[in-house]
Amino acid sequence: MKAVKEEPNALGIETVDPDEVKQTLLAKVPTKVARKRAKQIVINKTGEDPEVPEIGANTRTIPGIITQRGCTYAGCKGVILGPTRDIVNITHGPIGCGFYSWLTRRNQTRPAGPDDYNFMTYCFSTDMQESDIVFGGEKKLRTAIQEAYDLFKPKAISIFSTCPVGLIGDDVHSVAREMKEKLGINVFAFSCEGYKGVSQSAGHHIANNGIFTHVVGLDDAVKGGKYRINLLGEYNIGGDAFEIDRILEDCGITVVSTFSGNSSYDEFANAHTADLNTIMCHRSINYVAEMMETKFGIPWIKINFLGAKACAKSLRKIARYFEDAELIERVEEVIARELPEVEKVAEEVSRRCEGKRAMLFVGGSRAHHYQELFAEIGMKTICAGYEFAHRDDYEGRKVLPFLKVDADSRNIEELEVHADPERYRPRKTAEDMERLQSEGFRFKDYDGMMPEMMKNTLVIDDISQHETEKLLEIYKPDVFCAGIKEKFAVQKSGIPMKQLHSYDSGGPYAGFRGAVNFYREIDRMVNSKVWKYIKAPWQESPELTARYACD
Amino acid sequence: MLLRHTPKEITDRKILTINPAKTCQPIGAMYAALGIHNCLPHSHGSQGCCAYHRSTLTRHYKEPVMAATSSFTEGASVFGGQANLVQAIDNIFTIYEPDVIAVHTTCLSETIGDDIPQIARKAEADGKIPPGKYVIHVNTPSYVGTHVTGFAGMTKAMVDYFAESAGKKINQINIIPGYVEPSDMEEIRRIAEVMGVRTVLFPDTSGVLNRPQTGKYDMFPPGGVTVEALKSTGNSQATIALGQLASGPAARALDSKCKVPCEILDLPIGLKATDRFVDTLRRTAGTDVPDTINIERGRLLDIITDMHQYFYGKKVALAGDPDQLIALTEFLVSIDMWPIHIVSGTVDKDFQARIKEITQYVPHPVNVGIPGDLFLLHQWIKNEPVDLLVGNTYMKYISRDEDIPLVRFGFPVLDRIGHGYFPTVGYRGGMRLLEKILDVLLDRQDRDAKEESFELVM
Ligand code: SF4
Ligand code: SF4
Repeated sequence: MKAVKEEPNALGIETVDPDEVKQTLLAKVPTKVARKRAKQIVINKTGEDPEVPEIGANTRTIPGIITQRGCTYAGCKGVILGPTRDIVNITHGPIGCGFYSWLTRRNQTRPAGPDDYNFMTYCFSTDMQESDIVFGGEKKLRTAIQEAYDLFKPKAISIFSTCPVGLIGDDVHSVAREMKEKLGINVFAFSCEGYKGVSQSAGHHIANNGIFTHVVGLDDAVKGGKYRINLLGEYNIGGDAFEIDRILEDCGITVVSTFSGNSSYDEFANAHTADLNTIMCHRSINYVAEMMETKFGIPWIKINFLGAKACAKSLRKIARYFEDAELIERVEEVIARELPEVEKVAEEVSRRCEGKRAMLFVGGSRAHHYQELFAEIGMKTICAGYEFAHRDDYEGRKVLPFLKVDADSRNIEELEVHADPERYRPRKTAEDMERLQSEGFRFKDYDGMMPEMMKNTLVIDDISQHETEKLLEIYKPDVFCAGIKEKFAVQKSGIPMKQLHSYDSGGPYAGFRGAVNFYREIDRMVNSKVWKYIKAPWQESPELTARYACD
Repeated sequence: MLLRHTPKEITDRKILTINPAKTCQPIGAMYAALGIHNCLPHSHGSQGCCAYHRSTLTRHYKEPVMAATSSFTEGASVFGGQANLVQAIDNIFTIYEPDVIAVHTTCLSETIGDDIPQIARKAEADGKIPPGKYVIHVNTPSYVGTHVTGFAGMTKAMVDYFAESAGKKINQINIIPGYVEPSDMEEIRRIAEVMGVRTVLFPDTSGVLNRPQTGKYDMFPPGGVTVEALKSTGNSQATIALGQLASGPAARALDSKCKVPCEILDLPIGLKATDRFVDTLRRTAGTDVPDTINIERGRLLDIITDMHQYFYGKKVALAGDPDQLIALTEFLVSIDMWPIHIVSGTVDKDFQARIKEITQYVPHPVNVGIPGDLFLLHQWIKNEPVDLLVGNTYMKYISRDEDIPLVRFGFPVLDRIGHGYFPTVGYRGGMRLLEKILDVLLDRQDRDAKEESFELVM
């Protein structure tokens, strides 16, 4: 039998003219649309030129383009508050929005005991009907809250508004206030109607504002632990936060709260007692970090636990912040213990993955962080982009002063936050902060994705289905990373596709053990023989050499 | 426990829906539209709904599900979505080149009151709809009805927009298969083919949502009913519609628009309902039932008679959509199982009476919850345990907590494959269902048997 033919070696960024690719992507779209998309498709420049090019981001989605973006409600309820197990999250609206955000994001949670609250497996909805749209849904909402309280006696109930709620003018906040008073538990609402903002991102901001206003700071008790941090922007998909917790615990670092993987209401209430905020996903959570710094004096730093090297670097950064010899030593011990095993696997896997090419179009930070993991097994990222990020996530926070505030962003409230007269406590003196900074330690800083990508790679914001198909055709990458909506179209093109929202039921991929899982998963995908069966023997060699048929 | 807060005691609950047994209209409309050849579904509203519907359908089928959205922002929500939809139509026809754009609305555009036909006319006047291409629509406000309503609406829209009567009847029969899987549509078509009946089946998602791996992705695969075939439905001899809720509206519309007489049957799930379907098809088309079908029927019956002891007296709890539940309940009762808790989030005025009639000789009280949710179903189960659960993937939480086996059936099934490829309709579908039921019941018996009564032969 004839051996299966290898695909011809597909093109890399070295052989493809990125300008030409860009023109191809734009060729078929109407001129006006092409003009807009051209700003969102940029050819990366790094190296001698210190400035990465400007990218259009966080702008309106073009109708009909086939976007992969979701809505504000999804960002607020689905992403930020969804992973919290002990708040009864009621979706105020018709049934769909609540139904679709029911358990679909794989946020793992582990209640302390069998009697502890865990509402994550439940979906609560006011299931609005036509009469509510006509006459208003406030009364219904009130009853729903009461019924939820009677059944479950939770610590807190939160309300999430969907599109029609904003239009019919239900005052969800006043209903929440009223029920809070009546029931004596915390009840708060989010005006996270899907049409606000241009993507999920607006929902993150609204969620940050709400949780900061209604929950953070309610419990001042300083609990144990010498090095106390919050882990922000880690949602415990596939158990990522569990692995990070394991490592931090080994280092003797106490996680006061996680926003919001495996989280609880009480942790949020107590978060302001931590001494450092560490940010994983900059896009979704930087607002809370900023506000906690202003109000309570907690500095924040950007960290990243995706990629073994990044993980080690982040641990060292945390230790460096606390400037404690014991911690620094402990962190080095943990790294020394964990890293060799990870490096062994990386080396083994690299032998099969070296030089292969990945594309990542996902999230608001994942497309950046996962490049680390690919690099560790010798793979190159040739194109990448985010679904809902802003320019700072691409180009770095240095662009913040120059961001244009458009009508859509202006719709999302910026909370005015001041130092708390009693509870503001700088965690470090101004001199210490300055000294650390002069030694190269960077507070509240994020360089973004583009400076770390190779020259001539394509960076595309809010990629459309059409552009995705063209990229696959041109580059034939070895693996494509995105979300569920892209998954099977990519795989039908004969290219393995890894979901980086849900991990395809895999994970954890964070931390040291997570890195090993990821290397092995990518190895499985890019080196599998299953992709080579597409052609049947008679399609491979259709020529007839002999005839056995009986005429 | 996964559902640790569900109390056994059932208290009065008027408003709060917990763990719904339904979802919203547009997803049904989107699914139906995928059953038109060369058609791109379009969600007129904010982009979240479209993202959710595509994701859920994708998780259920493990297949590409493409649809576009008008991506409303606050401005569109205030001033209406005309500009968004016109631009979307232009972009879709220019970039993706479908023959049909099937627009459905969302809660948002419905609340605003956007007039889709008027916007489509505007798009046409602006030259955004190329000649020979179509924009069709259905209104799918999710604060009315459920996913079943949306499916029924889009199926009816196919009639409203396309069915034509030339005055002369042609030798074909329309079959509206109902809100079933691509595999089921394929099976229904196969049965008709085996019987030598020429049919137009619509919608038809087979070949769209159960596609082969070819190494080449086509946004518009070979499957789906063509516009031409849809046009011809007005000239068919008759329509057989399967499932009152999902197929009734389209069948009646075809009758009043083009005078095509219709019979509306239950979904052909199980022996008796399939008998009625085959018999109706035979009578309507004036053909004989070939041996192939008789053999299939005989095989299904053979399983029933041979394995009857394992079905007899087993209590079952079911959740799903009325069309499915009616046929399924009848099937279970026909093999002497006892469906005792039945819940649907979709309201159907005849449902209660039909179920009462079907279960009248079941020697056990039967709970029917309509509209009901999985929380209520779970409470009923806590009060009166069952041997088997039948329903969608969300039931696996009840299954695990209560240690009751689950046969996955309905929408969505997010954690198993098979529904795209293997039907549950027709005699062969009945065989598959019974195999699934027996597998879980006998596995359970094996697991729980004492060592001395662990059976080799069952
Ligand atoms: S807003 Fe309406 S149409 Fe959209 S997901 Fe929610 S219920 Fe469905
Ligand atoms: S109705 Fe609005 S809130 Fe609900 S899914 Fe759609 S866009 Fe999101």
